[in-house]
Amino acid sequence: MRSLCILLLAACTAARADGLGIGAPASADLVRAWNIDIAPDGRGLPPGEGSVAKGAQLFAERCAACHGRGGEGKPEDRLTGGQGTLASSTPVKTVGSFWPYATTLFDYVRRAMPFNAPQSLGNEEVYALVAYLLYLNGVVGADAVMDAHSLPTTQMPNRGGFISDPRPDTR
Amino acid sequence: MILQEAGIDPRAKWLLAEGADAAAMTRSVPLDKALDDALLVYAQNGEMLRPEQGYPLRLLLPGFEGNMNIKWLRRLKLGEQPFMTREETSKYTDLMPDGTARQFTFVMEAKSVIVRPSGGQTVRSRGFVEIQGYAWSGRGRILRLDVSVDGGRTWRAAQLQEPVLSKCLTAFRMPWQWDGEPAVLQSRAVDETGYVQPSRSALLAARGSESYYHYNGIQSWRVASDGSVENVHA
Repeated sequence: MRSLCILLLAACTAARADGLGIGAPASADLVRAWNIDIAPDGRGLPPGEGSVAKGAQLFAERCAACHGRGGEGKPEDRLTGGQGTLASSTPVKTVGSFWPYATTLFDYVRRAMPFNAPQSLGNEEVYALVAYLLYLNGVVGADAVMDAHSLPTTQMPNRGGFISDPRPDTR
Repeated sequence: MILQEAGIDPRAKWLLAEGADAAAMTRSVPLDKALDDALLVYAQNGEMLRPEQGYPLRLLLPGFEGNMNIKWLRRLKLGEQPFMTREETSKYTDLMPDGTARQFTFVMEAKSVIVRPSGGQTVRSRGFVEIQGYAWSGRGRILRLDVSVDGGRTWRAAQLQEPVLSKCLTAFRMPWQWDGEPAVLQSRAVDETGYVQPSRSALLAARGSESYYHYNGIQSWRVASDGSVENVHA
């Protein structure tokens, strides 16, 4: 059985002296392998960089079969376009029209894509794909390079589009 | 208990749960919820979880949307802010008619459904029929369950079957004499907070038609004169 790894905000791995004495500290190697989440402020982003041009090439090779050449979707999720449609009767939710954080794109592509080989892309490949997707959505220019500094400071069009839960909202 | 044992930084407000599936599925959970009634589940009904249920260990957050019950749990991480994963930004947010989207809408509000008779089934003969179904609420216990056999014009209280437990499926039943005429069956749950399960039209009026993750409108089954039962919007 896999052991459950508990990571904490502050460095604190050993069981407390007054605790139950269960479990064991996770090794640094294990923590490094699994601690792959990226925060909206960029915490967790690895070194390296990727360009739109490199991303275009990678996208054609690794992504286009499911998401379409230009990210227009089919058979899988549409990734581009849709800006200005969210309040219409036929909203189109894409990276460009809906996603509030560019960092989420890095996190998700790295952990879950491509579908047939998740977590197989290198960090620079992920940066390049993210750059290309942001370019396709008009968020960055054709000469953009994404890295640990530029990605979290990239302003997504729908960043202000989310509200907290107001329910109950009927009767 | 696991969190207490490991120690909780006082700045922590959110918990990231991560699965060991190929996509390393992640969701952010409010720490308050984790400390209130979250469970780390390894078995159910006396047997180990099955692979498709998240063996060997999964998170269970009673009353919250099912997507948050991370299967094949491999990691918990505390943080000051939500982690803004793909599942809680681009998915599992509720798009409103004005183009804004509700985020962190975790609780599943009261809902119910008649399972017998229901769509695809046939009421074989006139006379006595026991209407049966289930109700549940992410906010607590089911307080009352009303059944209508005339499309919501009149309602009668159904009998709740014990045990009636918080945030759990609650069985209900109501005897009915079917006269052979077409009928529309509905059930309406009320939970202990006083929340009343809304009609489909009330939900559409409040949220529009693009907010589907938390749809809990009243379900209508139409019984035709030949006894066949189908889904209708009544």
